[in-house]
Order: sequence, then C-alpha cells, then structure tokens
Amino acid sequence: MPERARKIRVSCVVNGGAASFEAYPMARLLDVLREELKLTGTKEGCGEGECGACSIEMDGALVNSCLVPALQAQGTKIRTIEGLAIGGSLHAVQQAFLTHGGAQCGICTPGMILAAANLLARYPQPDDAQIREGLSGNLCRCTGYMKIFESVVAAVRRAETRA
Amino acid sequence: METRVIGKSVPRKEGRKKVTGRARYVDDLSFPGMLHGVTVRSPAARGRIRAIRFEGEIPWHEFTVVTAKDIPGKNCIALLIEDQPCLAAEFVNHPEEAIVLLAHHDKYLLEEARRAVRIEIEPLPAIFSIEDSRARKEIIWGQDNIFKSFCVDKGDVDGAWASAAFVVEGRYETGAQEQLYIEPQGMIAQVSEAEGVTVWGSLQCPHYVHKALMVLFGLPRERIRVVQTETGGGFGGKEEYPSMIAAHAALLARKSGRPVKIIYDRAEDMVATTKRHPSRTRHVTALSRDGRLLAMDIDFTVDGGAYETLSPVVLSRGTIHAAGPYACPNVRIRSRAVATNAPPHGAFRGFGAPQSVFALERHLDRVAEAVGIAPDELRRRNFIREGQTLAVGQVVKEKVDMNGLMERAFALSGYHAKRKKFAAANSDPRGAIKKGIGFASFLHGAGFTGSGEEYLASEVAMEAMADGTVHILAGSTEMGQGTNTIFAQIAAEALRLDCEQIKIIQPDTAYVANSGPTVASRTAMIVGKLVETAGLGLLKSLTDGEFLQPGYTAADFSRACGEYVAKHGPLKTFVKYEHPRDLHWDDLKYSGDAYGAYAWAVYVAEVSVDIRTAEVRVNDFVAVQEVGKVINPVLAAGQIEGGVAQGIGFALYENVVWQEGRMVNAQMTNYVMPTSVDLPAIRVYFEEIPYGRGPAGAKGLGELPLDGTAPAIANAIAQATGVDVRQIPITAETLLEMLEGVHA
Ligand code: FES
Ligand code: FES
Repeated sequence: MPERARKIRVSCVVNGGAASFEAYPMARLLDVLREELKLTGTKEGCGEGECGACSIEMDGALVNSCLVPALQAQGTKIRTIEGLAIGGSLHAVQQAFLTHGGAQCGICTPGMILAAANLLARYPQPDDAQIREGLSGNLCRCTGYMKIFESVVAAVRRAETRA
Repeated sequence: METRVIGKSVPRKEGRKKVTGRARYVDDLSFPGMLHGVTVRSPAARGRIRAIRFEGEIPWHEFTVVTAKDIPGKNCIALLIEDQPCLAAEFVNHPEEAIVLLAHHDKYLLEEARRAVRIEIEPLPAIFSIEDSRARKEIIWGQDNIFKSFCVDKGDVDGAWASAAFVVEGRYETGAQEQLYIEPQGMIAQVSEAEGVTVWGSLQCPHYVHKALMVLFGLPRERIRVVQTETGGGFGGKEEYPSMIAAHAALLARKSGRPVKIIYDRAEDMVATTKRHPSRTRHVTALSRDGRLLAMDIDFTVDGGAYETLSPVVLSRGTIHAAGPYACPNVRIRSRAVATNAPPHGAFRGFGAPQSVFALERHLDRVAEAVGIAPDELRRRNFIREGQTLAVGQVVKEKVDMNGLMERAFALSGYHAKRKKFAAANSDPRGAIKKGIGFASFLHGAGFTGSGEEYLASEVAMEAMADGTVHILAGSTEMGQGTNTIFAQIAAEALRLDCEQIKIIQPDTAYVANSGPTVASRTAMIVGKLVETAGLGLLKSLTDGEFLQPGYTAADFSRACGEYVAKHGPLKTFVKYEHPRDLHWDDLKYSGDAYGAYAWAVYVAEVSVDIRTAEVRVNDFVAVQEVGKVINPVLAAGQIEGGVAQGIGFALYENVVWQEGRMVNAQMTNYVMPTSVDLPAIRVYFEEIPYGRGPAGAKGLGELPLDGTAPAIANAIAQATGVDVRQIPITAETLLEMLEGVHA
C-alpha cells in the first residue's frame, strides 16, 4: 500500500457559513462536500471534469468540484445548490426550472442551476449563444436542453419584471 | 371535454426537491456501519477461470470477499431465462464479467484491493461480430448462437417479384449506443435474519430486481424488499442491469453482516453495463411502376452480447416496427438476435425499433430515387390508413392521418422550398458548405407487445386517507420522465381534486402494487388507465355510501374520507389490468394486434455539412406527432426534445469503439454526447386524437422520438452531400471517407 499524505485542516466559507474539515490534501472537494459536510446536492456524473454535475461556485467562479483538491478550498467562499434558495424562497433560476421543465431526472440540475445562476451573474441579459456557451460544460441527457434554455430566459424575464 | 388538470403543465411533483438539491439519489444515502463494495471483473472475453489470487500488500483479512461459492440460491440473474450468472464460476463469456466482489469501509483501500486481485484465465476462442456469430465460427451460446428468431409473413412475398417494375435492395447498420444517464448505477443492500434482503437503488423496475433476488437467495417473496431511490435517468439502461448490482451488493451484505453500497464510476458503468443492440438490416423491396409497395422482404439481426437478457423482446419490437406505417400487401420479416462475446446489450429507449426504423426510412429515400419520385410522394402513396393491415396483420382501428402529419411537419419546417433551394445551391461546386433537409415517418407501439400486457396483469392500488390525501401505490418509477406528475394529474382528474392532494408512494415492493416494469412507453397509457380506474373506484365507494354528493369541494372530499374511514376502516381500491377482448395476438404465427395503440410521427431535420471537414450541424429539427391526449404539455414536449437529442447523438456522435468485445472509449471525454452548443432548436408539435382506452385519451410517447430522428438526419445528409448513407453513427471520420468517394 503506497504511503498516503497526512490529513490537513481546511477552513472556508460554505453557503455563507464558516466551515472547517479535515481531509487529505488531494481529496476531491466533491467528496468533502458530500461526505464531510453532508451537502449531497452536488452530484458526481463522471469524475473527470466532463459533465458538470459537480459544479459549484468558488469565489464566484464556476468549477467542477471533482477536479478541485480539498486543499484549494482553503480560505475560499463556496456556494453549492443548497445555498441558492434564501429561506424558503427559491432563487429565480430554481423557480424557472420548476415552472418550465428545466429539470427531468434532476441529477444534472444542481450543477446546471448553478451554471445558469453564474451565467446570469456575468451576463444579466444573455443572448441565445451566451446561454448555450455558458451551459456547455454541463451535460444533460434528459431534456435535450431546450427547456433549460427556456428556464434561463424565464429567469431573466422574472428578474426584469422585478427590477 | 373540460378538464381540471389534464392537459395542463402542472409543475413536476418532485420538482422542488430536485431544484434545491434535496432529492436523495442512492449515492446520497448512508447507513451506519456501511461498507463499500466493488466488483472484480474478467480481463478476458472468453475462457476458463484457472485461478483467483489475492496479491499485493493488502490487509485481506479486513475485507469481505464474495465469489460464486457464496451464493445461497441459484447463481443467475433471473430475467426471461436463467442463463446469465451473477458471478462467473468456471467460465467467462465476455470482458468485464463479474467474478469476485470485495467490501471494505475505506473506499480508497478498496480500489487498491480491486487492482490486487489477479484472475487467471485460460482463453477460449471468442467471436465479436454478428457475421462471425451467424457463420458459427464458434458456438458460444446454445446450439447455434441464436437467442431468438422471428418470422413475420404477410401475403406472398415470393409471388410479388415477377410483377414488380422496380426491385430495390439495401443493407444498413446501426452501432451500439450508451444510455449515458448522468447518474451512474448504484445500489445499497442490507441483509438480516429478521428482515431478509432489502435493497435501495437507482432502478426502473423494482419487481424485476425482486424476482432476481428471490432466485439468487432462494427466498420467498416476502423476504425480499426492493426500494427505488430517486433515479437520475434510465432510458432502459436501468431496466435489467440493476438486478446485477443489487445481487452483488446483497451478497456482500449477507456475508459481511453490514449494509453495503456499490456505486459504479462512469468508466465501470460504461464498460460493464448494457447498451443499445448493434444491428444489421437488409431490405429488398418490390414496387409497381407508380411507386406502390408490392413486397417488402426484410432481414434484421441484432447483436445480443454474451447472454440472452432482454434480447428476444428487443428483437420482437425491432421486428414489428421494421415495416413502418405503410400498407404493403406482401411482407416478410426474418429476424434474429445472436450471441457475441461482448457484455449483453440491453434495453435502450426505442428497444430495437430505432435500429429497424433507421434502416427502413433510409431505404425508402433510396427506393424513391430508384422509382423516380420524391421521397414524400413515395410515402404518401403508401401510408397506412384506418382499416388497412400492418405487416403483423393488425388492422389499424385508430384514426391515423400520416399524410396530415407529414404536411404539417413540412409546413413548419419549410421542407419543400428548402429542398429545392438546397438542391440548387449544392450543385455549385465552389460551395464548401452543403445543405440538406430530410425526414422520416414512423410509428411506435405503446405497451408490451402482443399478449405481453395480458401476462403482466399489472395492478395499481389507491388509498384515500382519513385526512383526504390520496395515495397511489404502484411499482411504476419516476426517472425523470414524469410518472409522479402525470399519475397525480390522472388521479386528480378522476377524483376532481388538485394534484397537491395526491401523494405518490415511493416504489417499494413491500408496499406498492406490481404495476409492471417502467418501460415500453406503457406507463402513461396502461398504468395511467389503471390509476384513472382506481380513482373512479374510490369515488364510487364514497358516493355509493352517500359520504359524498356531486358538486363536492376538496374540503367535502376530505371530510367524506374521514367519515368513511371512521365507519368502514381503510378506503382502498385495487385495480388489475384487463386485456381488451378485441385485441388478439398469436405468439406462434407472430401476428395479430401487436399493440393496443401506436403513436404516429413525422420528423424533419435540416443539416449543413462542411465537405472539407465532414462536420455536420443540425440546423433545425421539427417533430410532429400524434400521441393521443397530451396529459402535461411541458413534460410531454420535454420527453420528445430529450429523445430527439439522444437520437441526434445516435445519428452523429455516439460511437462505441470496440476492441475484442470491450468498449475502449468508456469515458465522457471520448464517448461524445450532444452538449448545449451542438443541438438545433428542437421544435415539438402534437396532434391530439384521444385514444379511447388511454387515461383521458392518452397514448404512450416516451420511446417514439428515438425512432425517427436518426433516419431524418441521415436523409438530410444524403441530400446535402450525395453520400449514400448506410450506417450510423455518421461520424466525421466515416463521412469524410464517404465524401472522398462522392466528390473525388
Ligand atoms: S463529476 Fe465533475 S465534471 Fe462530471
Ligand atoms: S435532467 Fe436528467 S440529466 Fe438533466
């Protein structure tokens, strides 16, 4: 059995609250979130950075948590799907996915919703190409993406009428 | 008919859980003391197991190790027959066949241990192609490598050749396709003296798993319990294979005395689990001078892999759909599923039909060319109409208007104008981007084939609780396609309530009725009808007992339930499927009413091809279908859109690369499915002709979109490039080669 590194302590902010855990430096952030912090909303679809099911936000940027070593989380601000709804009220993107059929089996949905929310933070009025590009790192096998695009557009509209 | 909730896009029943990340999939569950399990698999395609060695510096005493010797009952995964072992004992028949199971609480150590198990196999000659299997280069299954064969015979095909003005021949191939649900397969098992065997997992058919575990453990029905967890996509891939993982997890749990979780990683899921059957089809078609079909002689073969699993039924559906929605007096379809030394191919949305429909619809474009008429004109002259007979001898009793669907699809896609425009533009030799528009017209039968539904005899239970909540108890599973939501809508409609008052009980064989497998586009139409009937039955109990008067409110209903329960005890109904008496099927002759109803469709695809790189883009896609009454427009359109996307993958991108029976590109990086930037706008339209026997008039639609998408694209590419497309996937590499032939 090869020599293993020793566990390190990592402190970061997860969904607005302070979090601290012990992990092997090269443990995947995905596993830490799911197993140590019990945030199982983040999913694993491929474990190699292709599917985006494990997408989370780290300091505002969308990353595949299956590719992020735990030690890189030190001092960062992390947002997972569990941190999106405020109190009982859904984020505009979540509400839109619910109303417009953006989620079918739901396994890509947490990552997809974070990708969409991240996109809207960067481009509040995305055009079709920006939506497609912005979500291209997140695979969905169920929807054919059409209802996901519609959901994003609906979330933009909702944000507009609110503003 | 005025409806309350049918035909409305009520939001997905479990949607809130899914958008907030609270939906619990199998890998999200954890039990105290739980171990993880892994599978050690065959390195060889075929051979005799010589030795199993546990090497390396692994603390083997800490591990639970299971081999075939640890199986208490029969070493098989019982399905149609019992030919597939749960763990190979003496021989292996395909790469990655399971041989040893290991469990340990440390996942990382477990992975090292898996790599330290040496399995020595004395190789035996293996076969890897349909051709070699049919030539019987080796006999690897039964007497002749044939799992099943069918012969459909209508009229007199051989008598038709002489009078034909045209005879057109063609051979077509389709490749394997990976289901690629984004949630890999997984299962947790617990075994105890007191409770028997319980498994929780990602699966489509709880009662299939239940049956397999009964046989494997030699236990009676009530000692096995199967619970479906939230399932992250199935598409057929979680129809039969979950029985295997459940069996493995349960064996480890039994031996270790602890709960055991097995989750496949993506690579293992891709190399070890089922895929769509590769196929070969040969058509010989006779036509009159004016382009009427005189005879269709069809030969259809699918590669079943190493064990029978579901190949006979996949073959059956592929066979029945092989002659399409056309009226032809003489049809012969000979078909067979053959064995090769690859992991068994299995259920995948469409279930044999996408293979045979691809061949037919591509062939008919070639036939039209040979006859000298337009492809749509050929279809128009031969479309089946009400009162005519399909190839299997079924008289069509539905109001079918294929021509109407085709005209609508053409109007929506601008087919005729584009076809002309593209033909003119493509003839300019300077243009590197060629365009094409093509279509496919097709049908898809809903429900189990022939007498299948009669044998299944599905049941649904429904219970009204004292507080007025109505529970639906059925084994039909939600895997994203919308079962929960449409069942709630159907029940709410029957009971005149809102969907919120209906609760779908999690499929759990200890509690729910066996409503049959969630496959074959049968859930809305067949099981949905049982839900409707159960709802009406409950209502009758309440009104007959005068607990409830017409014109009631939701509050009245709840009060009535409370009073009923107080007086009589539980208010529960069971409904069992009754096969319509006028549907007849002859299993021996393979003829009769193959399906209670069909969905009918015409799909149009527009493509552009860069002939320098052979890159194909689908620019527009119009899907017009008649599926009876649409229960939930958003969910129904979502089904079609997702199916078309999978069909586009099947046609263009999804290429399983085989090496000696093993998938070598078992990663999402090199097995490519469509992303959000690859797809066109997929435009979906429904015609709604209520079907008398469906709930509120609904038919099945889940598999339909897989059938017509690939041939529509292939026909469009043929127009764009002049390439005579004969096989899918049409990857850039294969198209480039073919383009050299055309434009040399
Ligand atoms: S699991 Fe991380 S990208 Fe697929
Ligand atoms: S909803 Fe199933 S993978 Fe996207």
